[in-house]
Amino acid sequence: MNSFALADCSTVEAALSQLKDGAVVKAGGVDLLDRMKNGTDTPRRLVNIRNIRELRGIHATPDGLTIGPLTTLAEIAEDRGVRADYTVLADACGAAATPHIRNMATIGGNLLQELQCWYFRSADFECIRKGKEVCFAFSGLNQYHAIMDYGTCPSVAPSSSAVAVLALGGSVELTSAAKGKRTVAIQDFYVKPDANPHRFHVMADDELLTAIHIPKPAAGTRSAYQKYGEKESHDWAIADAGIVLEMDGNTCRRAVVAMGAASPVVRRSKEAEEALAGKPITQDTARAAGKASMTGAMPLSMNAYKVQLFPVAIYRTILLAAGQMERDPSATAVAS
Amino acid sequence: MATEITTPVFAALQQAASAAETATRTVTMPVGVPGFTLGEEERTVPVTEPPVLPINKDLEFIGKPIERWDGYAKATGRARYTADVALPGMLYARFVNSSVPHAKIASIDTSEAERMPGVKGVHVIETFLGGAELRDPSLEQSKYPVVRFAGQPIAAVAATTPQAAEDAAAKIKVVYNTLPFVVDENIARSANAPQVFPGAADQAGTAGGGGSRAGIPQTGNVHGPSVRKEGDAAQGFKDADVIVDAHYTTQVQTHSALETHGVVADWKPDLLTVYASTQGTASVREELAGYFKLPMSQVRVITEYMGGGFGAKFGAGNPGVVAAILSRKTGAPVRLMLDREEEHLSVGNRPSSDQRLRIGAKKDGTITAIQLISYGTAGCGTGAGCSGPAANLYKWATLHTEENDVFINAGPAAAFRAPGHPQGAFALEQSIDELAGKLEMDPLDLRDRIDENPVRRVQRQVIRTSEIWKSRNPKPNADSGIVKRGVGLSQSIWYRHLNYNSAAEVRVHKDGSLEILSAVQDIGSGIKTALAQIVAEQFGVPPAKISVKIGDTNYPPGPNSGGSVTTASISPAARDAAWQASQKFLASVAPGLGAKASDLTLSGGMVRSASGKFQPIAFRTAAAKMDTDQVSAQAKRVRDYDPKKYITYGGIDCAEVLVDTETGRIRVKHVFSVHDCGRPINPAQVTSQINGGVIQGISYTLFEHRLLDPNYGLMVNADLDKYKIAGSFEVPKIDVQLTEVYIGQSSTDASGIGEAAGIISVGAAIANAFYNATGVRIRQLPMTPGVVLAALNQPQQMMESI
Repeated sequence: MNSFALADCSTVEAALSQLKDGAVVKAGGVDLLDRMKNGTDTPRRLVNIRNIRELRGIHATPDGLTIGPLTTLAEIAEDRGVRADYTVLADACGAAATPHIRNMATIGGNLLQELQCWYFRSADFECIRKGKEVCFAFSGLNQYHAIMDYGTCPSVAPSSSAVAVLALGGSVELTSAAKGKRTVAIQDFYVKPDANPHRFHVMADDELLTAIHIPKPAAGTRSAYQKYGEKESHDWAIADAGIVLEMDGNTCRRAVVAMGAASPVVRRSKEAEEALAGKPITQDTARAAGKASMTGAMPLSMNAYKVQLFPVAIYRTILLAAGQMERDPSATAVAS
Repeated sequence: MATEITTPVFAALQQAASAAETATRTVTMPVGVPGFTLGEEERTVPVTEPPVLPINKDLEFIGKPIERWDGYAKATGRARYTADVALPGMLYARFVNSSVPHAKIASIDTSEAERMPGVKGVHVIETFLGGAELRDPSLEQSKYPVVRFAGQPIAAVAATTPQAAEDAAAKIKVVYNTLPFVVDENIARSANAPQVFPGAADQAGTAGGGGSRAGIPQTGNVHGPSVRKEGDAAQGFKDADVIVDAHYTTQVQTHSALETHGVVADWKPDLLTVYASTQGTASVREELAGYFKLPMSQVRVITEYMGGGFGAKFGAGNPGVVAAILSRKTGAPVRLMLDREEEHLSVGNRPSSDQRLRIGAKKDGTITAIQLISYGTAGCGTGAGCSGPAANLYKWATLHTEENDVFINAGPAAAFRAPGHPQGAFALEQSIDELAGKLEMDPLDLRDRIDENPVRRVQRQVIRTSEIWKSRNPKPNADSGIVKRGVGLSQSIWYRHLNYNSAAEVRVHKDGSLEILSAVQDIGSGIKTALAQIVAEQFGVPPAKISVKIGDTNYPPGPNSGGSVTTASISPAARDAAWQASQKFLASVAPGLGAKASDLTLSGGMVRSASGKFQPIAFRTAAAKMDTDQVSAQAKRVRDYDPKKYITYGGIDCAEVLVDTETGRIRVKHVFSVHDCGRPINPAQVTSQINGGVIQGISYTLFEHRLLDPNYGLMVNADLDKYKIAGSFEVPKIDVQLTEVYIGQSSTDASGIGEAAGIISVGAAIANAFYNATGVRIRQLPMTPGVVLAALNQPQQMMESI
């Protein structure tokens, strides 16, 4: 790890004033320290925002929820209100990493974590995401990589919570000293590799993520999130699904089907959503939606299995959300 | 020439000593399994041996689930592991490792690193230790050791802080002349593949096993075959009524011990002291004394606590030698601990395998022929043979095995918990299961036919009557749901290896305190506790009160811990020393008690007079009467009482799995594990080792996989995040049933359990359970969702014909 200066800040203003000269923000430090240790990130200055109290907490507003970015994944996963009305978000935060990491990692850090592609994470590979020309995954080892919408980089979206925030139609509030606050919808927050392979999100260097807004779900909304790893303890998703269903009785008025591990940026499947809209939720409609979600899938040399896996994750999570399935048949873990 | 000592006293001593060694007596020993086959057999043993130890149920401390002697120290963080050793003025060292998989080094420039702040010493490695070496070294000219894998250590820096060492290491400039490389073992086997070695190369074995026989042929990267032929296998297959013929592949697994390799080396003019994370204080001392041409008396190796080894931690290796060199250069102690990436890359792994296995059998199950042709890669080393299970688990009429090592540009393998056996058993035990299916025999009945081992027979009976086995539907793919349940089993086998370089000293002090000393190291399996129990049993004192001092070459020699030898080797020496010390103790207190030593016995913690001269006195009270402050006895391991007897250990693992046929996820729900290790000294610790073996076996079967990028030759998952190891959710319910076996071989009759349990047999048990659940065979490891879905998608006939 390189040497660096550390600025410890206890207010947003203090932190914003430090965001210059290539300074990097440290919240829980979970992802950042990993990148610094393996040499893929070498910041000269770190701005520690961990102790900014105003950035922590879950607040119910008339319009929905405002979540401080320093709220830990564990706090969100265990929050009664979130679990009741924003189940997909509680599930997603509770499915990330391990209990130890969830106690330390913040939702802001989770949304902003960088790609987990092993080529990107290795200092030995100078890939397109690091400003070079090449992607090593297409002709290399790609069993955990993307199956759709990947363009020049098939790394997958790493954040579980982003899938849930997308499914709930959430947005992030970005603040800078120069320009003040702006709000960006989550679907506009991440940058697709085809648009710009050198950027992961639209946040500027002098901006701080200061809030996550989740709109209040419509009446009759039910939701769920599931992540499949190769193992259940501490693994990355090989398939995942964030489902939000606006129900009238058993008829689905509107559905949101969000996925993370299929593509470089969290995505919604219009095809899957259309397969559910206006229909009752049944085994058949759920499976049809799962199947529809793979429209346009183009697996790489080693990950065709994911095309088979995603429809399963999606149909089962739809049934979970609709209350038609108690728990996933192969789940070992009991949700916290 | 040394002067020969011929004084009459010396001659008399010598004579007495040799008489004591050869004088024998005949004893009657328990032999067999209590509750099943227990009987008695006579043995002729040296007269210096203690009385025959009764079976466990008649003992106070041995055979009881005594709390781990150092459990409190470990749980509270007081245990001092190698990485915790901090000596005054100590420096921190860091390797510079190759960033390319195959190269000759043109130049190494250390000048900038040497000028960095805090840097006290830089060393460029002259000899890389490990891997195979060219038979004809003249085939390769190179100023520096040739780089044969990415991650190979090239140089090292010692500095005042870990950060300074890391910063300086980054400033060492290595110029490589890169060479063509190959990391895919299938490509490496082809005729025009890049050559890892320019000629034939062999690897010497280590204390942990491995290595290859001399004179094995080599063609390109293929080092082999090593051939064994017993009888005419071709005829055996002609005689068969049924033949099963299948192709299996298994992956490379890295040891991934929680504690990485590392040492603290302290070079002083008259003594090199090395604190090492090692399975062999003896082998580390031997290697360092040999490398530096130091007398053994001037090398001391200490391993107070050890955080796991699994076979990869014998000898000093590159970290030990380089730390010692840096300490000599700088005049300061040097700590060199590997990081996790180095641990994955450069200090060992379990070789892969590619096995074509054919078994021919008669209608009654009798095996007429076994043929195994195997290829596997041990990186730039050898040791990928995996014929142990095929050759040794069952009776056959003919046997033909050919084992080949395939060199690739990857770190050399090392012994890994039951070398070759998890690979071999994964194939053999699936084929035996398949054979049972073809013969329409129950898998246990078939094994009764082809395995006469009386202990395994008992264990099969235990399995047969178990709930888990009785719950198995013999018909595969009987469940109609999405999630299918299956039950399968596999046997395992390991062998009675012993290390006679085993001795212990027991000291009795005048205040009644007791200590036992030996160089043997506790690698986590609990030998400290076992030794305490043995001394405790002799003196009737609770084990927690015994002072156990081990893991230091200053003490009497101890065995290296590998191949399940530790308990079998050291425990009889410990008991003999305890017994002999107790006799010396009685002689020492006899005058003070006004009795003759021959009238005294020590049992149940009391000194008793056989003639009834006095009422029993507590050991501690009697100790006050000792005529010196301390008596002690040192004993070495005597030969097995009946060394001609062929003894194997093993057992059966029975797994219940749930297969999600839509996601390809396998959940191991329950493992019933029935295993033997002679007399269990501490059943709780034996159970704990079996639990560990089962979990490691599940991890190997379902998750672990070293992944090398084919285009650049670098490992892409050299961490504990993307190198996947079973976690708490993957641990099933594990029920262990020990088979207590008396074998009449030593004063404790104990054996080891490290290899036999779990790791060998769990893979095939899961695979057989998977078949039972789905009717589909998976002959490839690890059984990830991708592999499982591919297998389930494929028509089974196609699978069978691969």
